[in-house]
Amino acid sequence: MKSLLKYIKDYKKESVLAPLFKMLEASFELMVPLVMASIIDRGIANADTSYIIKMGLILVLLAAVGLISAVTAQYFSAKAAVGFATKLRSALFSHIQGLSYTELDTVGTNTLITRMTSDVNQLQNGVNLTLRLLLRSPFIVFGAMIMAFTVDVKAALVFVVAIPLLSIVVFGIMIVSMPLYKKVQAALDKILGRTRENLAGARVIRAFTNEEAEIAEFEQENELLLNTQVFVGKISAAMNPVTYIIVNVALVVLLWTGAIRVDSGIITQGAVVALVNYMSQILVELVKMANLIIQLTKALACAKRVEGIFAITSSMSEKNDTGVINKEGAGKNAAIVFDHVCLTYSGGGDESLTDINFTVQKGETVGIIGGTGSGKTSVVNLIPRFYDATKGRVLIDGVDVKDYEITGLREQIGIVPQKAVLFKGSIKDNLLWGNENATEEDLEKALEISQAKEFVDTKEGRLDFMVAQGGKNLSGGQKQRLTIARAIVRNPQILILDDSASALDFATDAKLRQAIKGMKSDMSVIIVSQRASSIQYADKIIVMDDGEMAGIGTHEQLLAENEIYQEIYYSQFPKEKQKEA
Amino acid sequence: MKSQNKGILKKVLNYIGKYKFFLLCSVVLAAISVILTLYIPILTGRAVDCIVGAGAVDFDGILQILKEMTIIIVLTAAAQWLMNACNNKIAYQVVRDVRDEAFKKLEILPLKYIDGHSHGDIVSRIIADVDQFSDGLLMGFTQLFTGVVTIVGTLLFMLSINVTSTVIVVILTPLSFFVAGFIAKRTFNMSKLQSETRGEQTALIDEMIGNEKVVKAFNHEDAVKEQFDEINLRLEKASVKAIFFSSLTNPCTRFVNSLVYAGVGILGAFLAIRGRISVGQLTSFLSYANQYTKPFNEISGVVTELQTALACAGRIFEFIEEEPQIPDAENAVVLREPKGKITMENVSFSYNPDQKLIRNFNLEVQSGQRVAIVGPTGCGKTTVINLLMRFYDVNNGSIKIDGTDIRNMTRKSLRDSFGMVLQDTWLHAGTIRDNIVMGKPDATDEEVIAAAKAAHSHSFIKRLPKGYDTVITEDGGSLSQGQKQLLCITRVMLCLPPMLILDEATSSIDTRTEIRISKAFNTMMKGRTSFIVAHRLSTIREADIILVMKDGNIIEQGNHETLLQKENGFYANLYASQFSA
Repeated sequence: MKSLLKYIKDYKKESVLAPLFKMLEASFELMVPLVMASIIDRGIANADTSYIIKMGLILVLLAAVGLISAVTAQYFSAKAAVGFATKLRSALFSHIQGLSYTELDTVGTNTLITRMTSDVNQLQNGVNLTLRLLLRSPFIVFGAMIMAFTVDVKAALVFVVAIPLLSIVVFGIMIVSMPLYKKVQAALDKILGRTRENLAGARVIRAFTNEEAEIAEFEQENELLLNTQVFVGKISAAMNPVTYIIVNVALVVLLWTGAIRVDSGIITQGAVVALVNYMSQILVELVKMANLIIQLTKALACAKRVEGIFAITSSMSEKNDTGVINKEGAGKNAAIVFDHVCLTYSGGGDESLTDINFTVQKGETVGIIGGTGSGKTSVVNLIPRFYDATKGRVLIDGVDVKDYEITGLREQIGIVPQKAVLFKGSIKDNLLWGNENATEEDLEKALEISQAKEFVDTKEGRLDFMVAQGGKNLSGGQKQRLTIARAIVRNPQILILDDSASALDFATDAKLRQAIKGMKSDMSVIIVSQRASSIQYADKIIVMDDGEMAGIGTHEQLLAENEIYQEIYYSQFPKEKQKEA
Repeated sequence: MKSQNKGILKKVLNYIGKYKFFLLCSVVLAAISVILTLYIPILTGRAVDCIVGAGAVDFDGILQILKEMTIIIVLTAAAQWLMNACNNKIAYQVVRDVRDEAFKKLEILPLKYIDGHSHGDIVSRIIADVDQFSDGLLMGFTQLFTGVVTIVGTLLFMLSINVTSTVIVVILTPLSFFVAGFIAKRTFNMSKLQSETRGEQTALIDEMIGNEKVVKAFNHEDAVKEQFDEINLRLEKASVKAIFFSSLTNPCTRFVNSLVYAGVGILGAFLAIRGRISVGQLTSFLSYANQYTKPFNEISGVVTELQTALACAGRIFEFIEEEPQIPDAENAVVLREPKGKITMENVSFSYNPDQKLIRNFNLEVQSGQRVAIVGPTGCGKTTVINLLMRFYDVNNGSIKIDGTDIRNMTRKSLRDSFGMVLQDTWLHAGTIRDNIVMGKPDATDEEVIAAAKAAHSHSFIKRLPKGYDTVITEDGGSLSQGQKQLLCITRVMLCLPPMLILDEATSSIDTRTEIRISKAFNTMMKGRTSFIVAHRLSTIREADIILVMKDGNIIEQGNHETLLQKENGFYANLYASQFSA
C-alpha cells in the first residue's frame, strides 16, 4: 500500500480536509443527546418553553452545520479518491507499456487488464470510504464513550465493557467468515469455469454426447457452492442477533445503574436518556465499521496486487546515449547476423534456441521452416529485440541490437505476427500504425502488395471502413492481409512474416510473395512457414529442429542432402517424390 | 413493461414456491422480530419514567420492566437469527435451482444460439445475473416486508402514545423520501456518463494491453498512452461529479432526520410540560423518530434494487426459455453400427434466411469412402460438418445415413457414430486422461495409452510432470497448439467411431508429426466413411470425392483427376497455384 500512497500526494489537502470535516459532522452529532438531555432536565422540569425552543433551534442548527460539513467532506473525498485512481491508472498503464515481452509472458495480459480495471476501481472505492468513514466511526464510538463519561463516570463503565465486547464479536465473526467467503468464491469460480467451457466446447461436448455427464458434474459443483454458502450464511447471520443482544443487555444494565445513580441524586433523568442515546449511536457505527473493514480488506488486497505489477520491472536494459550509431560500414554490413545465439525463456527451463548462427544479406529472402515448437518464432523474435539472447549476439546492420535505442531498432523492422491483430478504428488508422506519415499513395500500394486491395475495394468507405474491436467484422484471411499491409506501410529494411499467410489460400499466398519480391531491392525478407511451397524459392532456407538449426541452404541443396527438409517437403509434395524415384 | 415485470415476478415466485415452508417461517419470524424490536423503546421509556429523580425511583417497577426486556431481547435475537438462516436457505437454493435449469438448457440449446450469442453475455447471465437477482429479489422482499411492518408497527406504537407527535413524524418523514428521489434523478445522467466513459476505457485497455506485443512491435506505446490519458481525464471528471452528487443522499436524508428529531423533541417537550406525555414516553418517541425514516430510506433503495433484480431475472429467464433444439422424435431410431453410406438429397441450407448458402445439393458417399472439402478461406467448409453432425438442421431436403434420415434417429446415436476433430481445439479443465476418455469414460489405462501412441501424443504426455494425470487448465495452459490438437486426435482415436470428420485436423502440427498422424489416420480411415476439411491439397489428393466450396456454395464435385481436367476449373486453378511463384 505504501508505494501507492504517492499517487494521492497531489490531493494532500483534500485527503486531510475530508476526514476533518467528517469528524466535525460527527462532533455535532455527538452533541445532540446532551441537548436533548437538557431539554428534559431544564426545559420540561422547569416548564421553560422559551428554553425548549432555544434548544430546539440549536438542534436544527447542529443538523444544518452537520449537513454542510458532510457535503464538504464528501466533495473532498470524491475528488481525492478519483484523482488518486486516475493518477494510479495512468501510471500503471505507462508501467505496463514499459514492460518487455518476457514480463508480459510471465504475468499474462488478462491479469494486467483486471489489475487496471476492477482492481483500480476497488481501490478508488476503498480510498473514498477510508477518507469518509475510517476516522469517523471510531471517532463516534469513542466520542460517545467519552461523552458518557462526562455525564456519569460510573454509568459509563457499562460502555467500557460493552464496546470491547461488541468489537470482539463483530470482528471475530468477520475474521471467521472471511476465509469462508474465499471458499465460496472458489466454488463459484468452478461453476463459472464449467459454464464457459461448455460454451466454447459446445460442439465437442455434443459430438461426444457428453451433455448428461456435464450436467451431472455441474449439479454436483453447484450443490457444493450451495452448501458452502449456507454454511457461511449461518455464521454471518449470527452477527446481527449477537450484537443486538450485547447492546440491549448493556441497555438493561445501563438503565439499572442509571436508576441507582438517579435515586442517590448523582445524575438526572435526562442524563439517563442521554446515556441511552449514546448506546444506540455506538451500535449504528459499529455495524458501519464492520462493513467498512470488509471493503477495506478487499481494497488492500487489490492494492497488493497492483503493487505487484509495479514491482515488475522490464528485464531489458536500453542504451539511451547511443542516439547516433557509429555506422562506418553502413551499406556494406549484412542486414542480420546471428552470432552463436542461445535463448532460454525465463521460467521456461531448457534452452529454446541453441547456437543459432546465420547471416542475412541486404535484399535477401530467407525462409525458416520446421515443426511446431522447433523455435522458428523464437528466432525472429530476437530480431526486433522482443527478447534478449541469453548467449551470443544478434547484429542488425553490423550493430548489436542491445546497442540500439529500442524504438530506433524497431522502426527499421516490419513484422507480421502469427496472430492477426487489428485495432478498433478505420482501415486507414490501422495501416498508419506502420508509419504515421504514410501518404494515401503508400497505403494503396501496401494494400496492393498484401493482396488486400481486392477485398478493401468491396468494403463501404474503403480505407475509412471501420474495423470492429478485435477485427471481428473481418475474416481471418482479410485480417491477415491487413496486418501484412500494415507492416509494408512501414517501408522497412527488414520484413518478417511469421507464419502469417496461414489463412491465405495457395493462390493468394503465391501472389503475395511475388508482390513482396517486387518491393525495394535492399529489403531483407524473412518468411517463417510450415508450408514448403511458401519458402522454397527463398535465397536461403533455414531448417529448424528442436531449437537447433538442422540445416541451411537453398531448396535444391537441402532437398539433396537434408533429411529433415526432405521429410517435410515430400510430405507436402508426395508426387515430387515419385518423380524422384 | 409492467405486465412483463409481472410475468417475471410470477416465474420467480414459482421458483420460491418450492420453499414455501421456509418462506412462511421467514415471514412470521420477520414480523415477530420487528414487533419485538419496536417494543423495546416503549419499555425503555417506561423504565425512564420509573427513574424520576433522587429518592423517587421505583425499583420494583424497573426490575419488572428490565426482566421483561431481557426476555424480549433474547427472543428477538433468536427470531432474527432464524429468519436470516431461512432467507439464506431460500436465496441460495433458488440460485442453485435456476442455475441448474440454465445449465441444462445450455446443453440442449441449438448450436445456432450458442454460435450467435456472445459467450461472455451468456456466462454473465448464468453467474452474475442469477446472483444479483436472488440477492436483490429476496433481500429486497424481506426488506420491503420488514420495512412495511416496521412502518405500520411504529405508527401504531406512536399513536398509542400520542397522536399529535405522530402527526409531526408522519408529515416530515416523506421529505427524506423526496430528497433521496430528487438526488437520484439528478445524478442518473452523471452516473450514466461515468459508466459509459468507464466502458470506453475498459475497451481500450482490453484492446491495447491484450495486444501489447503488437503495440510494442510498432513502437506505438506513446500514441496509445496519449489515447488512454485522454479517456482517463474524461473519466476523472465524470467520476468526481457522479460520486460526489450521489454521495449527497446520505447527509441529506440524515439532515431531514435531524429535523424530524428536533421537531419531535420540541413538541414532545411542550406536551410533557402540559402533562400529556411522560418523559419516558418522549424518549420512546425520540427513538421512534430516529428509526422511522430508516425503513423509508430502505424501501426507496429497495425499489431500485428490485428493478435491477427483475431485469436480471428477466435476462436469465429469457435464456432459460430460449427455444431448445427440436427434441429427438418419439419414434427416433438408434443408429447401430452404421455402414456409413451417406446421401444428401436436395439439401438447402443457410444460417440466415436472406443469404442462401447451399442450394439443392446432392451427394452420395459410399460406405468407407473419403470425402475432402476444399476451398478458399471462409468458404463455409464447416457448414457441411454442422449439417452432418446435426448441429444445424437443413432447411430443405434431407441427409440420410444408411437410408435413414438423420432427423429420425437419436442425436446421441448419430453423434456417437462420428469421430470429430475440429480446427478449434477444445480441452476442458482436468487431467490429460479425463480429456482423452471423453468419448469412452470406462476406457482402461492400456486403451488410453494405446490410443495416445497411435495418435503420437504418448511421447509428449509421458514427458509432462505427472504424465496422464497432469492437470491442465481450461485453455490447455502450457500445451502448444499442436499438442492440444494431438490430444483431440487421441480422443477420437480412443473411441474409433464408424465415421470420421476431420476439420483442419493437422493445421498447426508440423509436417513431420503430420506424416505420422496421417499414417495413423489412414489406418483409422480404412473402412470408415470420412470427411476431411483442409487447406493442404496434398493431404486430400487421395480422396474419393472432393467437394470444392466457394462463398458457402459447393461449386465443384469429383475426384482429383476429373477436377483437374476441368478447363479453368476452380480446383484446377487452386492446385496450379501451389506450384507457381
